Amino acid sequence: MGMNAFQLLNGLTFAALLFIVASGFTLIFGLLRIVNLAHGALYLFGGYVGYTVAVKTGSFTLGAIAAMIAVALIGLALNQGLLRFVRGNDLRQVLLTLGVAFVLNDMALVIWGGDSFTVPIPDALKGGLTFFGIFYPKYRLFVLLVGVLVLIALYLLLFRTRLGALIRAGVDDAEMVEASGINIRRVFLATFVLGSALAGLGGMMGGAFLSLYPSADSEILVFSLAVVIIGGRGSLLGVAIGSLLVGLLNTVGQVMFPELAYFVIFGPMALLLAFRPLGLFGKAT
Amino acid sequence: MLEIRDLHSGYGEAQVVRGVSLDVGEGEVVALLGRNGMGKTTLIRSIMGLTPPRVTGGSVRWRGHDLVGLTPHEIAGRKIAIVPQGRRLFPSLSVIEHLTMLKGARVKTGWTVERVFGIFPRLAERRNHRGGQLSGGERQMLAVGRALMIDPDLILMDEPSEGLAPVMVQHLESIVLDLKREGLSILLVEQNLYSALAVADRVYILETGKVVHQGDAKVMAQQTETLMKHLGVH
Repeated sequence: MGMNAFQLLNGLTFAALLFIVASGFTLIFGLLRIVNLAHGALYLFGGYVGYTVAVKTGSFTLGAIAAMIAVALIGLALNQGLLRFVRGNDLRQVLLTLGVAFVLNDMALVIWGGDSFTVPIPDALKGGLTFFGIFYPKYRLFVLLVGVLVLIALYLLLFRTRLGALIRAGVDDAEMVEASGINIRRVFLATFVLGSALAGLGGMMGGAFLSLYPSADSEILVFSLAVVIIGGRGSLLGVAIGSLLVGLLNTVGQVMFPELAYFVIFGPMALLLAFRPLGLFGKAT
Repeated sequence: MLEIRDLHSGYGEAQVVRGVSLDVGEGEVVALLGRNGMGKTTLIRSIMGLTPPRVTGGSVRWRGHDLVGLTPHEIAGRKIAIVPQGRRLFPSLSVIEHLTMLKGARVKTGWTVERVFGIFPRLAERRNHRGGQLSGGERQMLAVGRALMIDPDLILMDEPSEGLAPVMVQHLESIVLDLKREGLSILLVEQNLYSALAVADRVYILETGKVVHQGDAKVMAQQTETLMKHLGVH
């Protein structure tokens, strides 16, 4: 059984979702040097909030906005309330975010229960399009479009604004940014909140075609980790290429070697780590 | 205006700066000489509030206020800039971004991009290059330019001549003198005795974390043999 255009599109749209989630992950990892293991939980929490708001108001857009704001606020509380007390201690930071992931997941279980939910798709995006002889769901094409828009927006932020220059400089050498008179903690905070909001947006987008259920968080987290490890931390180009690779490899794996689907992603990742420990676009510090 | 009194600073158990007292006056260029490992960089980092090291005693007073315990960005906000050892440019940023990240391009007071390009025309030619693509001399110019963008009254320069060709070292000396003429104070860490004597008003010599010799640069210039003893052969 070979690949066809339909499966290729599946890979691309999954890559777009991964990009939305992993771009926030890599920004936080690159600048704050935090492997935020709660990122998957933020994704799932955002999905649940978005689902609830979308069902109550009947508006997908409102749901997406609510998901981003809710998760941005959780990110704000996480950064200001907990992480800043363990700044500079990598192990404590990672364990703390892992603990927060457990707490968020249990809270989600209390609030939404263990059932699986699917975010309702707006009418305009229901059904499919026929092109080049294939029939493809409109919503998944919409996810692809959102992924591309997020990429463009992040590119403009990082390369066309002063905050973006400060974030890139901070990824290179945060101490030197601070010694140049910039309150790096504010840059950290802005990045953390932005990265969290992207996780929330990802939860909303993914919640409509992967659906939301307990443990969806760790699945997306593992994929995001793979993306960032392959692409190299803190690199926008890296996360874009990494998402494409992981998204496509995942589809190849599922279609051609279903029993080895994970191996198809993590085998090449292990190989890459052996020869390029910093990822494709990562930089030594 | 910078008065350091009996400063102790170090890394955990290891005391590297052990009771340094030092002054930099308004518009003065002060050179701090010493061999590797004598505590020069530790002293500079301590003034700037960079940790580690940790200051364990003494004071750093700047215009009457103690700087010890402030964060680096608060200290930079009081118009003290650093040109660190090894330049430490940002590889991801272009030349112009190094300057505009600190001050919006629209701000027209104090040091502006145009003014920095005025004293370093080479940087203007390379405005869109990244930090990693510059020559050693250009990197040093950019490190100085970046420091100027915070409109400093005092610049801490840590071994700016390190790794530069002799002609660039001369250029650097003339820049230091230009900045002095602009009214800036400069604390210059050097291993190169002659370069330091060429620009400094006063000189301190640091040995194992203590000031062992200090004086007027013109007087010191007559005693290069004594200085050599402290600094090793150059």
